Amino acid sequence: MNHTRRRVLKASGSAGLIALLAGAGLSVPDIAVAADWNKTAFEGKTVQDAFKGLGAGSPANSAQIVLNAPDIAENGAVVPIVVESKIAGTESIALLVEKNRSPLVAAFDIPPGTESSVSMRIKMNESSNVYALVKANGKYYVAKREIKVTLGGCGV
Amino acid sequence: MAEPMRIRATSKDGVVNVKVLMSHEMETGMRKDASGKVVPAHFIQHVTATWQGKTVLSAQWGPAVAKNPFLEFNFKGGQKGEKIQITWTDDKGDKRTDEATIN
Repeated sequence: MNHTRRRVLKASGSAGLIALLAGAGLSVPDIAVAADWNKTAFEGKTVQDAFKGLGAGSPANSAQIVLNAPDIAENGAVVPIVVESKIAGTESIALLVEKNRSPLVAAFDIPPGTESSVSMRIKMNESSNVYALVKANGKYYVAKREIKVTLGGCGV
Repeated sequence: MAEPMRIRATSKDGVVNVKVLMSHEMETGMRKDASGKVVPAHFIQHVTATWQGKTVLSAQWGPAVAKNPFLEFNFKGGQKGEKIQITWTDDKGDKRTDEATIN
């Protein structure tokens, strides 16, 4: 990885500089594509950092978010998870693993007409709390669940 | 170029169930190969599902999504015979779109 460029990007964080670089004929292929990827949230090192990066300061606990997953996952590289929000007006769902190096795993936008439930498979470094963060009607809600991992998933 | 996605979309009682299996390494950037060199990160960052030109799901992913990602979701309104498109883009700018017919 080109570390100088990383630093420049981190330092600037502005579209202006990117345009400048592009204008100067420098090759910046991944910037244009990843422009709206939430780098701050995905590279946050704690659950709180990731919450902040997603715009959720202190979400309220909710029993209306269902995290369906095995209590014990044998293989941390493939942990099946279903997140379902029963909160009316759910706009987005994010999934976080507390003890992964970067907790945020995925963030979904749920447009009207799409059911507020997603199913996927994630990696877990070790046994950890897993959080589901839901945004509904402009407010944030959270639910957590502990998943034990027998074999960690290659250093996430 | 990445392998095609496997997409299954089935309509029941006005709700379409979509299952997608993507083919991607999803390298975290933390793993080391046999010679001890770090394998650079390479993972899908964006996923979008569209039906009739309308986005029915969009997602941002990090490297902790499992290798060869699986995704399942449901949306209302799709009819049998209509098409659904899934697109992913990774951190290297690679992109793939595949289409499936709802049945």
